Amino acid sequence: MDKTITGSEALWLSLLEEGADTVFGYPGGQIMPVYDSLIKFQDRIRHILVRHEQGAIHAAQGYARVKGTPGVVIVTSGPGATNVITGVADAMTDSTPVVVITGQVPTSALGTDAFQEADVTGLTGLITKWNYQIKRPEDIAWAVSRAFYISRTGRPGPVVLDFTKDAQVGKVDFSYKKCNFIRSYIPDPKPSPKAVREAVELLDSAKKPFVVFGQGILISHAEKELKAFLTKGDIPAGSTMLGLSALPDDFPLYQGMIGMHGNIAPNVKTNECDLLIAVGMRFDDRVTGVISKYAPQAKVIHIDIDHAELGKIVTPDVAICGDAAKVLSSLTEKMQRGSHAEWVKSFKECRDIEEEKVIGPELRPAEGPVRMGEVVDMVATVSGKEAIVVTDVGQNQLSAARYSRFKESRSFISSGGLGTMGFGLPAAIGAKVASPDRPVCLFVGDGGIQMTIQEFGTIMQDGIGVKVVILNNNWLGNVRQWQEMFFGERYSQTRMLNPDYSLIAKAYGIKYICVESRDELEGAVKVMLGDSSPCILDVHVLENGNVMPMIPPGKGIDQIMLNSHEWFKK
Amino acid sequence: MEEVKNYTVLIYTENQIGLLAQISNVFTRRNLSIWSLSAGASSMEGIHTITITTDATERKIRDAVRQIEKRVDVIKAFFYTDDKIVYREMALYKLPTPRLLDCEDLEGLLAKYNARIVEMNRTFTVIQKSGHSDLTSALYEELQQFGILQFVRSGRIAITRAQQEPVFKFLQKREKERLNKQ
Repeated sequence: MDKTITGSEALWLSLLEEGADTVFGYPGGQIMPVYDSLIKFQDRIRHILVRHEQGAIHAAQGYARVKGTPGVVIVTSGPGATNVITGVADAMTDSTPVVVITGQVPTSALGTDAFQEADVTGLTGLITKWNYQIKRPEDIAWAVSRAFYISRTGRPGPVVLDFTKDAQVGKVDFSYKKCNFIRSYIPDPKPSPKAVREAVELLDSAKKPFVVFGQGILISHAEKELKAFLTKGDIPAGSTMLGLSALPDDFPLYQGMIGMHGNIAPNVKTNECDLLIAVGMRFDDRVTGVISKYAPQAKVIHIDIDHAELGKIVTPDVAICGDAAKVLSSLTEKMQRGSHAEWVKSFKECRDIEEEKVIGPELRPAEGPVRMGEVVDMVATVSGKEAIVVTDVGQNQLSAARYSRFKESRSFISSGGLGTMGFGLPAAIGAKVASPDRPVCLFVGDGGIQMTIQEFGTIMQDGIGVKVVILNNNWLGNVRQWQEMFFGERYSQTRMLNPDYSLIAKAYGIKYICVESRDELEGAVKVMLGDSSPCILDVHVLENGNVMPMIPPGKGIDQIMLNSHEWFKK
Repeated sequence: MEEVKNYTVLIYTENQIGLLAQISNVFTRRNLSIWSLSAGASSMEGIHTITITTDATERKIRDAVRQIEKRVDVIKAFFYTDDKIVYREMALYKLPTPRLLDCEDLEGLLAKYNARIVEMNRTFTVIQKSGHSDLTSALYEELQQFGILQFVRSGRIAITRAQQEPVFKFLQKREKERLNKQ
């Protein structure tokens, strides 16, 4: 192509070259030329108009996490750009590929404190994988191709392109070449054969090996390789919260979620295994508890594509830098077939205790108000484990993580590392747009829903069939739980007076169902999941319900509270 | 506790605006003070070097350097203790000429510190010295008696004891990989 077009048109053509089919955005002064030329491309690219720029970035994150390709955001300069910053930081922490295009004042006005000017590359430099200010139309194709390449490869992450107005309106001869090489950037490091050999030696001699895996499995599409590795080695495995759904919940060697509110067995067994194999995870403090008490007895193999993660928290005996799928298949091929029947069986004891003391009372209480876990469990049952589960942050998230069940990979979307309240509703919108044929069910608290509640407008305008389950306890529940357990029951600023959600639903023309008692729950969930339209299910749950078990802050991962007054004992 | 030592970090980068701020933040975020910083061109066209000195434990500097190398436009980053590098800093001392002329053995003093006069007029004289920072400070002490008008010292620059730029082989390898991809 050699005809002269505007920079704005070059941007859309570049996005199309990268296979983008959807953009989440919000127009404004310094991005108007881009929005003007969108009219010409509307038949090829879908623009979803959000109600606040934070909604755009979280929606793009939800989209990216479900689809595995970068989500795209377009916003204006200044406040438009600063409003996406929380989501950019979130995407950085959770390795989510997003490409954010922000409008910027003309180059001649840069640095003059012009109207709606903000130093976007400066502000986002520390929370992006890469950013770049496009000052000339001839740099657009280069910058966009580089942005997509960087965002989706290696350890994925957010990229911000700050697009000056004169570059948007300037003319350019457009030609596009996809980026596949940057000399200073090695996205797919070759695993060291020596490290692989050493890992195989450890694997072959381990008596009680245990795998903890994270989102790296999903990112590198290593689900099959993980299963083959676990099966051949006869190795039990636990998942981080962001690794959930990489293994189906009924995979025989799967032992549940690790971490602060994870399952007892995989936490306790981490401190009993003789070999800990960590794959595509970064030893977050919510996973390890106090680090000095984390698996001190075990040899550690750490597999991660990000070199900077190896040795950052836990010093591994063997570090393998590389893509999870490739490393796992190479280990599987080279290691001996394992047999650890006794060890695998030993997980059951902890599981039984958790079932009796925690899961049973949460999922099958004899009386009293509805529990959060029950609601999550009911959605899993009624949906036949088909739903993509999206969460906000807090008790809703932890309950959803604990009690959701999964058939398919990429079915659990949550803000993990940054813990961004308000993430849920827009992320669910993005997830639904990425996967219109699957039910998308959001679990959100009455606190978090109000942080991005305006996105009901987006759902209304585009008819996005998100199922919003509000676990409504009239508290900021997770903070309330900590106040109860660790702050002497002093409930500072956690009680919430909530709006009437039925009226909110009515205002946005969204179906609303309220559940106040247990006997209404199943019917309501069936109605909610019975069609493809958006729905708000307002479940009035036990007000002072806690998510248990819990490893209190400052404790080791085998020091677990079963409820606010009882500790786990073997 | 691991021992805290002085480290010199050598960073080779593409010429990308904003990178220096991102690199210095890797230090500040980890509560590492940057004692000196200097940036400039390298012997390879288009490639810049940044030299930073800081005090840290080996583990902390290793982790910081890995975070720096993770920046897309950073080509390579290395860290060294003083014995592995040849390093210098430069200092300029401005003194009142009349008082300096009273000095009994100015030539001897300059020779002792391998310093030289780069500008002299009736009012002031500028002395330049390059070398290690302790000698820079020692000369400062000795010159104080003449009333130092202005004093400035540069950041450390360093060169490794290896034969070539440490990134040279890396770039050769990457160039081969690039050609293979096309």
